Amino acid sequence: MLKAVILIGGPQKGTRFRPLSFEVPKPLFPVAGVPMIQHHIEACSQVPNMKEILLVGFYQPNEALNKFLVVAQQEFKIPIRYLQEYAALGTGGGIYHFRDQILSGGPEAFFVMNADVCSEFPLLEMLDFQKHQGDTHSFIMLGATANRTQSLNYGCIVAKADTQEVLHYVEKPSTFVSNVINCGIYLFTPAIFQHIGEVFHRNHQQPFLEENINGWQRAEMIRLEQDVFTALAGHGRLYVFKTDGFWSQIKSAGSAIYASRLYLDRYNTSHPERLTHNQTEGPIIKGNVYIHPTATIHESTVLGPNVSIGEGVTVGAGVRVRESIILHGAVLQDHSCVLNSIVGWDSSIGRWARVEGTPSDPNPNDPHAKMDSETLFRDGKLTPSITILGCNVSIPPEVIILNSIVLPHKELTRSFKNQIIL
Amino acid sequence: MKALILVGGYGTRLRPLTLSVPKPLVDFCNKPILLHQVEALVKVGVNHVILAVSYMSQMLEEEMKKQEERLGIRISLSHEKEPLGTAGPLALARQLLEENSDPFFVLNSDVICDFPFKDMMRFHKHHGKEGTIVVTKVEEPSKYGVVVYEAETGRIQKFVEKPQVFVSNKINAGMYIFSPKILDRIQLQPTSIEKEIFPMMAQEAQLYAMELQGFWMDIGQPKDFLTGMCMYLQSVRQKNPEWLHSGPEFVGNVLVHPSAKVGKNCSIGPNVTIGADVVVEDGVRIKRCTIMKGSYICSHSWLESCIIGWRSSIGQWVRLENVTVLGEDVIVNDELYLNGANVLPHKTISESVPEPRIIM
Repeated sequence: MLKAVILIGGPQKGTRFRPLSFEVPKPLFPVAGVPMIQHHIEACSQVPNMKEILLVGFYQPNEALNKFLVVAQQEFKIPIRYLQEYAALGTGGGIYHFRDQILSGGPEAFFVMNADVCSEFPLLEMLDFQKHQGDTHSFIMLGATANRTQSLNYGCIVAKADTQEVLHYVEKPSTFVSNVINCGIYLFTPAIFQHIGEVFHRNHQQPFLEENINGWQRAEMIRLEQDVFTALAGHGRLYVFKTDGFWSQIKSAGSAIYASRLYLDRYNTSHPERLTHNQTEGPIIKGNVYIHPTATIHESTVLGPNVSIGEGVTVGAGVRVRESIILHGAVLQDHSCVLNSIVGWDSSIGRWARVEGTPSDPNPNDPHAKMDSETLFRDGKLTPSITILGCNVSIPPEVIILNSIVLPHKELTRSFKNQIIL
Repeated sequence: MKALILVGGYGTRLRPLTLSVPKPLVDFCNKPILLHQVEALVKVGVNHVILAVSYMSQMLEEEMKKQEERLGIRISLSHEKEPLGTAGPLALARQLLEENSDPFFVLNSDVICDFPFKDMMRFHKHHGKEGTIVVTKVEEPSKYGVVVYEAETGRIQKFVEKPQVFVSNKINAGMYIFSPKILDRIQLQPTSIEKEIFPMMAQEAQLYAMELQGFWMDIGQPKDFLTGMCMYLQSVRQKNPEWLHSGPEFVGNVLVHPSAKVGKNCSIGPNVTIGADVVVEDGVRIKRCTIMKGSYICSHSWLESCIIGWRSSIGQWVRLENVTVLGEDVIVNDELYLNGANVLPHKTISESVPEPRIIM
């Protein structure tokens, strides 16, 4: 039997996802209409012999997470549990801490995946690859191809050309090492815990070897990437399975719009019922658009491409929405225009108002381009990004909100450009 | 009676509009700038208008021929071989101006106001000296040259350029009436009437000031063109309210040419001029704009403080603001944002212009 672990992190992580992560844990932020990690869970539930999905993180138990667990278990008919770390233990420390829970029932292998990635999740292919590359005890990591410059922002993998054995692994190198990068999706056998255990014991013997910014390093804090993979490389245990399917990190809110586009495109084959199609009496739909069944959309609106409209949203007459996520309860009044933006829960946009951001998509002319890791400021100026309205923000009629981030519960009275509005 | 209008050069300050049409023919509130002046002159009995131009324009000549017939007056073009300033053109047109001993009007061509020509004639006759200049009150006199004159008689004492200490809040409004005797003071060479002729006349007590009642604006550049439009429409509201458009979708003073079409669920105004054959589709919001003849505005767009040149076309969900000026036949694609853009004629805009700039 098989299991899967999704590393969901905690509230101190994902600050680049503010102000949206104030309202909902980042792993539950809707991407293409469903919570980010539902895409992971759905992929796991389609793997034969998958018996349990464990979410590991350091969020306090909360209503949103509990509700999600109940609904997801019903929908995918698989046990899903949340295991809360007592502190941030890193990508390796968390699963090591809960190794008994993971190994109970005796799975022969288990997947581990980061919550903040979007992917086709080629889990069956990874299992096949493990079976066919000779050694059924090997560990498999999913790899993707990046361009030379951007590879430096990721974990880089050098693999043997014929067997795909990982010969060398380095996290975020400062010079070019390899254009094959770590996707944060792994297939492990229980033997992985011996290797994590070695790091754990070494840390205990020499707890002050590496100081972190607080001048104190928890021995239980273990990173799979730097601490485990680097050591495993070149020992015939770790292999990379390279995928050409879509993959992206979801670090910033801007990448949520890009990830939505990738998932919405996939719905054409995986979930055509989730996409809205043009009807004679109804809004004009361009490209891939998800509309929650409870949303009220005026027939004269034009939506898409890449638009997700959440629960209970109201869209008035003559509204235009493109490349945006509209979260539940938001109201877009007549003739308003929303481009490259995320409109927060219960926010309202006045008549003829324009809410616009600058897309931060990967270079479309480079097939291996990824999202650039965005810095909020460059040369002391806010880098133009998508516009984000936090929860319960009110935009008056006829103004423009351009490349701005508006924190929750604000009532704006004028136009803003290139600003963070506290 | 005669009038000389100082048209001057290429009207570069009003580009990109003046790249397509000579400045006197640019529409202001659905009528060429020049005709506002000429029609008011005709009303007080002027039967010969001389346009002092420093460049030749076939379009201007042809249009003036048409207007000669329509108004039943004579219109001459006095062409300067080299720019002659504001006084030189009087010397150039001397023969025409001296045909009889009547006083004549001289006007700067960029001025829009309630033209007080009748009052000027009366005032000028009353004091009997060589010249009368119209003055108008401004809020910040330190930005201009001001006129100091005797309150009771209007006799001008002196001119002060950009006064740092308050001496007067009246400035030259660019409208004069002169007796032909003034022509003896002006040589046929580049000369400034304000700097070289007026001070001497004031010294000799030959120059009087008459204060303008009501609005006044120099509409020589786009920002002032729009301000002038607001003032003009307000004066239409007072004098000829029936010219203005009303209805549930119209707010404040809005002038709509009878051949223009405005769609449903729009909100137009205040202070909008819509020219002939313009089409405004449904759900459009326009405030403080001039839309010139033949333009097309697609649904759900939002326009504020803009001049849309002839036969331009604005897509859906476009936002134009902050004195965006589109030249003739400009196309703005759907969903774009133009902030203070100056777009030259015959351009297609396919990318937003978030900060003011010129699009060549």
